[in-house]
Amino acid sequence: MQKLMLLGDEAIAQGAIDAGISGVYAYPGTPSTEIMEYVMHSKEAGIRNIRSGWSANEKTAMESALGMSYAGKRSIVCMKHVGLNVAADAFVNSSITGANGGLIVLAADDPSMHSSQNEQDSRFYGKFAMIPILEPCNQQEAYDMMFYGFDLSERMGIPVLMRITTRLAHSRSGVERSASRAQNGLHLPKDGRQFILLPANARRQYKDLLRKQEEFEAASSTSGFNIYSDGSDKSMGIITTGIAYNYLMENFHDRNIPFPLLKIGQYPLPRPMIEKLYAECSEILVLEEGAPIVEEMLRGYLNHGKKIKGRLDGTVPRDGELNPNLVAVALGKKDTRGREIPKVVVGRPPSLCKGCPHIYSYNALNQALDVWSKGRVFSDIGCYTLGALDPFDAIDTCVDMGASITMAKGASDAGLLPAVAVIGDSTFTHSGITGLIDCVNDKAAVTIMILDNGTTAMTGGQNSAAFGKIEDICKGVGVEEEHIIVLNPSPKNHEENLEIMKRELDYNGVSVIIPRRECIQTAMRSLKEAKKIKDKEKAAAV
Amino acid sequence: MKRDIILAGVGGQGILSIAATIGMAALGSGLHLKQAEVHGMSQRGGDVSSNLRISDQEIASDLIPYGQADLIISVEPMESLRYLPLLSESGWLITNTKPFINISNYPSMEELMVEIESLNHHIALNADDIAKNLGSTRSANMVILGAATPFLEIPAEKIQAAIRQIFSKKGEETIKLNLDAFNAGYKFAVEHMN
Repeated sequence: MQKLMLLGDEAIAQGAIDAGISGVYAYPGTPSTEIMEYVMHSKEAGIRNIRSGWSANEKTAMESALGMSYAGKRSIVCMKHVGLNVAADAFVNSSITGANGGLIVLAADDPSMHSSQNEQDSRFYGKFAMIPILEPCNQQEAYDMMFYGFDLSERMGIPVLMRITTRLAHSRSGVERSASRAQNGLHLPKDGRQFILLPANARRQYKDLLRKQEEFEAASSTSGFNIYSDGSDKSMGIITTGIAYNYLMENFHDRNIPFPLLKIGQYPLPRPMIEKLYAECSEILVLEEGAPIVEEMLRGYLNHGKKIKGRLDGTVPRDGELNPNLVAVALGKKDTRGREIPKVVVGRPPSLCKGCPHIYSYNALNQALDVWSKGRVFSDIGCYTLGALDPFDAIDTCVDMGASITMAKGASDAGLLPAVAVIGDSTFTHSGITGLIDCVNDKAAVTIMILDNGTTAMTGGQNSAAFGKIEDICKGVGVEEEHIIVLNPSPKNHEENLEIMKRELDYNGVSVIIPRRECIQTAMRSLKEAKKIKDKEKAAAV
Repeated sequence: MKRDIILAGVGGQGILSIAATIGMAALGSGLHLKQAEVHGMSQRGGDVSSNLRISDQEIASDLIPYGQADLIISVEPMESLRYLPLLSESGWLITNTKPFINISNYPSMEELMVEIESLNHHIALNADDIAKNLGSTRSANMVILGAATPFLEIPAEKIQAAIRQIFSKKGEETIKLNLDAFNAGYKFAVEHMN
């Protein structure tokens, strides 16, 4: 079969389709977004009637995937690393319920924070929930692990976490497909109480999870994703996890590593292999993309054993993603570097697009707040976070999805008046509604701006769950109708918008301002599509 | 054979179309390929780059080691210089000289050209002007691709075939426009590489 050139994300999507999933659930988040997009655009997925489409947030996505697993079918749920925080309640408890149909939770981590607010390592979550983790080193392995992961999930009756990082998610390489597998039929769990986590059941289930740990470990030793290769130079043994393996290989052009090497792609760690490496080598170098999890386990709290080198002793930097050069230095090899960047080169940070509606929302808001001291605008996660940069300098916080509304409330409760929240439409339905209910119930003095561009813009224009519903949601949770105001953020409405904002900032209660205009990117795209259709019609008419 | 290529530009300038064309030609030549792209926040008018690696051997890392890239192909002059730490001593820098100015402190072209011309191995051309003279500035990226092709170790015919394939749905006129742009860039590079 000819190889497909696929992003890591796309390889996972194709692998999941071929491994017989019946559904995929996700909320967009870099670097995980392309998995869902691939399934949504896949003709094969359409023919197989595989359920796809964006969920309101990662928690609802995770729960839907768990429901599909309960019903006996295979499902995958995809999110970025911080999305797993949102899904954590469902995720951690799914390790207690176990899985019926195969269930894979895909978390895409972002070391070096290319598009994120932290670089948390999702393997901690897998360890915390005590479930197996898969960590592919390349696109082919990512594809193959879908088949293995779903089989493992069904054989062990447990959800499986797959952890990838940005460089795998967004890198393209050749992938060879395997024969595809049919979807499962509907079949309920054999144990009717398995999914009822009443304490009595949960205690039994938890004991079952503890008992399974040995089986998980045994699977790690035999799956073929953890590979021990011997080397003649026992002065050092090397452990790599995930894509760190590639950076190690890059430093040996003949691909012959003189040291004993343990390549990790599956957790829990394969104890016999770890013990063999430790026994045979004088010291151990741990190369892992992300947090020093394996390294910490090997060192232990007291660190009285053999020398363990890695991120904790400075052999490798404590933060940020790895690269071939960092690994070269860790191996004691010569670093290479071209000319330094000339001083004349200046930074070019991302910025709001020309014609973006947020520009006009911020221009008016900045002016409306001019009479007050700085430091009272609580923002959120999305394109509008770029309002923090020049020339706007318009926001003071950005923490997590939905935190704008609730942080504004807390600050207002503390006496910081006026307090303003700035949140996007998609972020509002993701995690903003519950905060709004808190505001209404407490009659908090907050001015909430829901910047409605009709899409999830930052991740590339996915459908927004809020579309066409925002006023009704606000009314429904009890915001007074006269304080739900829709504006058109454009230069010609500047004065009018400014007056409305000033008025609502003065109001001692919950007010919601909705600046509404389509994202310039999606608007341009629709124009292009419309032109294409018109051109086609023209051509057909000739 | 191995070619490690940094593609550079500004979000929205379409550097991935160059990567896709080279990628298709490489696959058509039976070579291995890895290509790391940038998605997400930086696409909003910020600096973007892509690591494209081609080899007749299996490729290990998705990222090109610093100081070991064979080529920087840039559609923007200041962006071409941002990746110099990645370029090897014998490597070539191929860049458009047409600036994309979306920041207030963009340096002067004279200063940028001094830096570009201080490199022994460079090809600098105004791809936008060349493309415009041929009919459309939209094919400027194909001018840059043409200028990079003498350094790719992939025959020009393979790249031309890839261009034909990529634009096959857009009609003969578009194919010709892009091939003309490619050939003009190629010719410029051949005349200026010594």
